[in-house]
Amino acid sequence: MTEDSLKFVIVGHVDHGKSTLIGRLLYDTNSLPQEKFEEIRATSEILGKEVEFAFLMDALKEERERGITIDTAQIFFRTPQRTYVIIDAPGHKEFIKNMITGASQAEAAILIVDAHEGVREQTRRHGYLLSMLGLGQICVVINKMDLVDNSQERFQDVKDDIVRFLESLGITPSFVIPISALRGDNVASPSPNLPWYSGPTVLEALATFEGLKIQERPLRFPVQDVYRVDGKEILVGRVESGEVKKGQGVMVAGQGRETRVISIEKFLVDAPQKAQCGESIGLCLLEQQGVRRGEVIASRPLPRATDTVRGSIFWMENLPYRKGEKVIFRCVTQEVKGEILEILKKYDPASMEEKEEDAREILPAEVAEVVIRLERPVLVDSFSFIPEMGRFVIEMGGIPVAGGIIPEI
Amino acid sequence: MDHLDQLESKSIYIIREAYYRFKDMAMLWSVGKDSTTLLWLCRKAFFGKIPFPIIHIDTGYKFPEMYAFRDRLAKEWGLNLIVGRNEEKIKEGMGPFKGSKLECCNELKTNALKQVIARYGLKAILLGIRRDEHGIRAKERYFSPRDTQFKWNYEDQPAEIWDQYKSKVEEEEHFRIHPLLHFTELDVWEYVRRENIPIVELYFTRDGKRFRSIGCVPCCSPIESNASTVDEIIEELKISKTPERAGRAQDKEDTYTMQKLRALGYM
Repeated sequence: MTEDSLKFVIVGHVDHGKSTLIGRLLYDTNSLPQEKFEEIRATSEILGKEVEFAFLMDALKEERERGITIDTAQIFFRTPQRTYVIIDAPGHKEFIKNMITGASQAEAAILIVDAHEGVREQTRRHGYLLSMLGLGQICVVINKMDLVDNSQERFQDVKDDIVRFLESLGITPSFVIPISALRGDNVASPSPNLPWYSGPTVLEALATFEGLKIQERPLRFPVQDVYRVDGKEILVGRVESGEVKKGQGVMVAGQGRETRVISIEKFLVDAPQKAQCGESIGLCLLEQQGVRRGEVIASRPLPRATDTVRGSIFWMENLPYRKGEKVIFRCVTQEVKGEILEILKKYDPASMEEKEEDAREILPAEVAEVVIRLERPVLVDSFSFIPEMGRFVIEMGGIPVAGGIIPEI
Repeated sequence: MDHLDQLESKSIYIIREAYYRFKDMAMLWSVGKDSTTLLWLCRKAFFGKIPFPIIHIDTGYKFPEMYAFRDRLAKEWGLNLIVGRNEEKIKEGMGPFKGSKLECCNELKTNALKQVIARYGLKAILLGIRRDEHGIRAKERYFSPRDTQFKWNYEDQPAEIWDQYKSKVEEEEHFRIHPLLHFTELDVWEYVRRENIPIVELYFTRDGKRFRSIGCVPCCSPIESNASTVDEIIEELKISKTPERAGRAQDKEDTYTMQKLRALGYM
């Protein structure tokens, strides 16, 4: 039997203890091979350090020598109940695209805050990005309780601070847990050092999180490519929402016409009757002339066709955007040229500074509300209705430079 | 969809995305369990007709079982097989006992691959590496650009979100595409079992030993094991605390050998 699995990301300000928490989770669940531990111990010794759990994820020479996390990484651990994938994300602002690359693959998040330092710039930035990435399952851990004499009062202050901030973004954390990753308090087992806390440990909190659930939504099958196999033309792609059945009436959304599914194609499967959300399949339609990559096979209510997209974006690349520069808008398999016509407002989510309206440029790691004008219409849904069709990436020079969501259409 | 369905679907999506972008593409097949699984996923992605060549980089030091297995599957599955060898260095007698292992891997694998890429003008190569194999591989992207020198700029990798990847390479660059990145070793074996994917017999026990990771004869050590079936391997892995690549000599020369090898363009 294959086990249930959950991917979660650990985010938070630099040095608030992300890597130590990961080391602790692996160590306490008995997931750390002896050889790996030895390798880390030996390298720590060469660099003149105590055994540094951070080296589990910080495998790059530069990371170990500079004592920072540069890139996102993933590591696996197992409890008797399920498999977890931990996504480590760097805390430094200049590596924000790596943090987003990691967080965008997660189903849940742990936001870590140092009990002594409290909420800092990257705590806010990361909190903000979690809300934009649509991550609803969030556990806040207040770390380094050992440094504040296990003070319940200090915990409550920091907790109030972070909860207030997250609620302003529309996030209600599922748990707020006082921990010491270094000592292992409340990570895998409750701690006598924090007798005033009776809630779940980090592992117990994680166990309540669920993998992404498939919701009942209309069909969206963005065409990825068209193959010709043994004389038969097959539309390939992934069912991004809903399901598709053999014989079903569907709309070719971009062309605005109706047709029918004559077959679903899967290698070595004889005449599949249906395919569900998330499956990479092939489709043959009764009338599929002119259907190419970027077309969306859909059922009602249909996605909206528009050449003007209003969205909230976060800038990932370390170069600023200046109004007037050309971009490529990518949403599922659609790619259309365009430009950012208006920067309605923008700000740095790490500071609580005022928003700038009608701006001329967007700086690295800033977020903005923008209007994007495209050369031809794209098909989109609102992010809350069908996330896959309501989020997009802005590409410049072949590189994804920003991500965004469409709150409403 | 269960866990394996999800892993499979993501891999197929990535393979198809790569082929849409780069028609000058090939897959690197080491004949090991991971790249054989990748080969199977390519067959699924293209309904049994893989439209690009499959490259085997042959150092001349592979196990005889691997050559036989390679030729058998190539025939059965109608593969367009390209065997890449750095003939010049093989003739000169390059080997793991002459100079460092890093140098040997670099000449007989990395440089052999460079020669194939140049000869066929390839813009993208599919590789079956996984994140859980090694700390360095845990940092890989699905679409990873490499420059002329094959260098991996791991300090400034492109962002990847929501299955949107870097889409272009400069004239002299190529992409490494990693559709199996999200599989663990255990996932691979569970997928092999479910799909009934043929696997070279070196992975199964013979005289109380089997290989957990295979490559060249001089640089691979078997582990103590009585696992003779895929089921038994899965049971063994669930309790094992030894890293998968413990038997691979080139990882061990020093802590950063893998990083150095990968920065030079190693698979």
